[in-house]
Amino acid sequence: MNAHQESESDEVEALVVDMCRQHDNAPAALLEILHDIQDAVGHVPQSSLAAIADALNLSRAEVHGVVSFYHDFRAAPAGTVTVKVCRAEACQSMGALTLIEDLCRRHGVTLGETSADKGLTIEPIYCLGNCALSPAALVNGKPVGRADVERVDGAIREARS
Amino acid sequence: MARLQEIDYGTPKRETDKTVTLTIDGQSVEVPEGTSIMRAAAEVGQQVPKLCATDMLDSWGSCRMCLVEVEGVRGTPASCTTPARDGMVVRTQTQRLEKIRRGVMELYISDHPLDCLTCSANGDCELQDTAGEVGLRDVRYGFGGEKHFGEAAEAKDTSNPYFSFDPEKCIVCSRCVRACEQVQGTFALTIDGRGFDSKVSAGTAADDFFGSECVSCGACVQACPTATLTEKTVEAHGTPNRTVLTTCAYCGVGCSFKAEMQGDQVVRMTPYKDGGANEGHSCVKGRFAWGYASHKDRITTPMVRDRITDPWRKVDWDEAIQFAADRFKAIQEKHGRASIGGITSSRCTNEEVYVVQKMIRAAFGNNNVDTCARVCHSPTGYGLKTTLGTSAGTQNFKSVEKADVILVIGANPTDGHPVFASRMKKRLRQGAKLIVADPRRIDLVRTPHVEASQHLQLRPGTNVALMNALAHVVVTEDLVDEAFVAERCDSEEFGRWRAFVAEERNAPEALSESIGVAAETIRAAARLYATGGNAAIYYGLGVTEHSQGSTMVMAMANLAMATGNFGREGVGVNPLRGQNNVQGSCDMGSFPHELPGYRHVSDDAVRGAFEADWGVTLSNEPGRRIPNMFADAIDGGFRGMFVQGEDIAQSDPNTRHVTAALEALECLVVQDLFLNETAAFAHVFLPGTSFLEKDGTFTNAERRINRVRPVMPPKSGLSESEAVCRLARAMGYPMTYDHPSRIMDEIARLTPTFAGVSFERLDREGSLQWPVTEKAPNGTPTMHIGGFVRGKGRFMITEYVPTQERANRSFPLILTTGRILSQYNVGAQTRRTENSRWHEADRLEIHPFDAEERGIADGEMVSIQSRMGAITLQAEISERMPQGVVYTTFHHPSSGANVITTEYSDWATNCPEYKVTAVQVARSNRPSEWQLEHEEVRRTHYRRSMEPAE
Repeated sequence: MNAHQESESDEVEALVVDMCRQHDNAPAALLEILHDIQDAVGHVPQSSLAAIADALNLSRAEVHGVVSFYHDFRAAPAGTVTVKVCRAEACQSMGALTLIEDLCRRHGVTLGETSADKGLTIEPIYCLGNCALSPAALVNGKPVGRADVERVDGAIREARS
Repeated sequence: MARLQEIDYGTPKRETDKTVTLTIDGQSVEVPEGTSIMRAAAEVGQQVPKLCATDMLDSWGSCRMCLVEVEGVRGTPASCTTPARDGMVVRTQTQRLEKIRRGVMELYISDHPLDCLTCSANGDCELQDTAGEVGLRDVRYGFGGEKHFGEAAEAKDTSNPYFSFDPEKCIVCSRCVRACEQVQGTFALTIDGRGFDSKVSAGTAADDFFGSECVSCGACVQACPTATLTEKTVEAHGTPNRTVLTTCAYCGVGCSFKAEMQGDQVVRMTPYKDGGANEGHSCVKGRFAWGYASHKDRITTPMVRDRITDPWRKVDWDEAIQFAADRFKAIQEKHGRASIGGITSSRCTNEEVYVVQKMIRAAFGNNNVDTCARVCHSPTGYGLKTTLGTSAGTQNFKSVEKADVILVIGANPTDGHPVFASRMKKRLRQGAKLIVADPRRIDLVRTPHVEASQHLQLRPGTNVALMNALAHVVVTEDLVDEAFVAERCDSEEFGRWRAFVAEERNAPEALSESIGVAAETIRAAARLYATGGNAAIYYGLGVTEHSQGSTMVMAMANLAMATGNFGREGVGVNPLRGQNNVQGSCDMGSFPHELPGYRHVSDDAVRGAFEADWGVTLSNEPGRRIPNMFADAIDGGFRGMFVQGEDIAQSDPNTRHVTAALEALECLVVQDLFLNETAAFAHVFLPGTSFLEKDGTFTNAERRINRVRPVMPPKSGLSESEAVCRLARAMGYPMTYDHPSRIMDEIARLTPTFAGVSFERLDREGSLQWPVTEKAPNGTPTMHIGGFVRGKGRFMITEYVPTQERANRSFPLILTTGRILSQYNVGAQTRRTENSRWHEADRLEIHPFDAEERGIADGEMVSIQSRMGAITLQAEISERMPQGVVYTTFHHPSSGANVITTEYSDWATNCPEYKVTAVQVARSNRPSEWQLEHEEVRRTHYRRSMEPAE
């Protein structure tokens, strides 16, 4: 670990300790704490797990089990723009899989991963509750109905601007 | 016996008197209320197929293999999660069930490699067995889909030295994860991800097994139904084909084990579910660290030499015995009968210890016998006998399940007594309250899902002050159990004690400064202990190894009596014994003033019984204690010594003094597995036997007498007791037993508390807790029910007297010592196993402030100087320590922890004050003078003298 990384992980640790304290170090608040961390840092860094475990008197394994169970928690920072495309039944029947494939090819990204320039992340999601407008997507939290490559690209441009 | 396969009932036993009756496959079954259908079925021999269930764990209901049909109930409930109810009619085998089970099994096998014949679990795999039971003939899904094995497999994790984790074999039943949580209480494992991506993970994604929180207890390996978690020894040798039931030779918990064998080779050790002490659990030492028994350092041939600077000469048994006997006799002729003696070992069996003390009393003709318990739990014997009437703990381990408040003093159960700690942590997770009194923040203070209500971080040496302060609160805040005291205790003595502890000088406020704990915290702890329900005290050497060790034991007994915490389950005062047979070696008459059963040598009636049985006249004068033996050796009055399995040159305080004494001896006979530090001064070395070669009994901390059975003949060709008998005979006293069971028969004949004990009964009933008498023919799990053994409980005045060993400007810090999980005492056994990977060297733990003040960085070498000497260790900066106190373990001889400990000792029993040494710590770049000397001696005269001549 270089000095820069070390100071960064110290910072994360201080932040985590503070967030856990705000939830009275209650083990039951683990999910809320993880959301708080992801909101503040953009992801749940590996280096925060031990600090959370220590604050809540849980094992590191338990915290890891919870973090890894929920796809929403990410271990690494996402791209500037995150596209989530629904892969549930209704959207699949309306061509979501092809859409995902096209988007990935066009932007040179593997599904579930972030582009090399850290600009874009494309992820699958399971039902956005927008089945009437299948296939459905979410671009930086903003819903895109009847999604196709052009509409999603438009939303990406908008999110970047 | 052939390989013993215990029945797995699938779900844990329920303990209630209320029962329900149901019909399973046409058979009527009566089971305790709350029992699962699965267990009820197993009780009548009908095992329902299962994968995720095992009787060490709560039911989980995930594998869907154990479905049954219940009349009047829709669907097919899981038999593991459905409790049996009165009048239920259950079918475990129907066409519908068969079809469902086979279908589920197809899904499992579609994601499991079919390499059974070359798999390490072949023949010992529940998945394989269950596939057979459900008649799997085909997998309709094929093997073409996404899967977890083959090319897709994650790498096998072999980081743990004793077992491997092969994720490709995993069926994600979570048994390992749940075993780590429920049985061991460490929570080191989890399921990573979800759905099809689920996999077992030790720690986080960044950890492997070795780097995770795993303590290598092996509960996960035991719980695994497949080859996913497998002992490396099984991978290397194959599955065992026979079983020998025996007892672990490490700590005083005394876990029962199945030694699983191929020929005379141990394949693995598996804890035995019917073992009363451990109920199927174990720790890293017992389950895995038995390799020392066949280590290349083992000496298996007797050796002699004229001078300790000579090389050893290998001889046969007869010559070695004759050599020792001749020397001992010559010494006695010249210097009198009392000029020789010996020490018994708490690691040997009751029978082996008994014959050594008998040899000393009958063949040597004096009472110069002492035992290593002198330096650990002698104050326990003294204190509990004085107050309660018996030199032993009051409860069995199971009792902790009924405790509401647990007070742990001067013990570190998760390291020292891990299997009991797991039982304790289980109770704590259920809501029992915990008070820890310890200068160091031991793991129990705060560990996942367990947190002490109070951590009384007292200054070393102030135990008695703390107890008096707690008692003061009990007495002055009206928390005494008056009815209990009036009925069960001596009222006059209680009155005196009450007045004494009520004095203002014993108030928390008055003592707070010396103890180093806030008065309010002490008051809160006292209230919790006195009013929280069943309160149990568990303690270790942090209580006994002090100048007021015996006083402290009595102070704890006082407190428990005053609050009515004796005579039922869930309460009591319980020593956690350090070694496997400390209790037993004390019971066997190892002390210079006591014959077996703690009866004084001056008691004519008792001595008469032994004299009649042994056919000799016995001395009525107590013999020498260990410290007297050393002192007299230096003065010349004591010249010959027989040391059974104890490394006094490493374990006893003030090493230089001990080695000077040993050097002065004219004849030192060492009976041991290895050429230990003490053997460097020996003239005769008699090779000992490991527990795998012993036939006898160990008595654990709960007075449980367990059988130790040999899995192989003695590597030395002779059992230890036979070697001792031969020495006794060579000294002129006839002592012959044709079997160790005869020794126990003699013990039972002469010792009232053992009256009902015999090998035959132990073999039949598993274990017995003494006293086993006419009044308690089945033994005594809980002592003092209805009344104390001595009659009325005796309150003793426990005046706090600070130790003479004080910190001052030159020695401003207090050093205290302890153990670590992976190592065991002087390390003779564990250092010769892979356990050393967890603890390669002893370190000095020091508070960050104390370190900073001295300019010490983490990992730097530091010298630790006491009034007695100096040693050098690596520093470990640790917030476990309070300011002003430093700590080290003592597992490695080169650390020389006892070079710096003092000669102060318990006023009543001479138990050394290991736990308090005033020291100064400073940065250092070189080994201490002692360590250089030790190395030099090792290099020159030890090497020549220690290496056996070919």
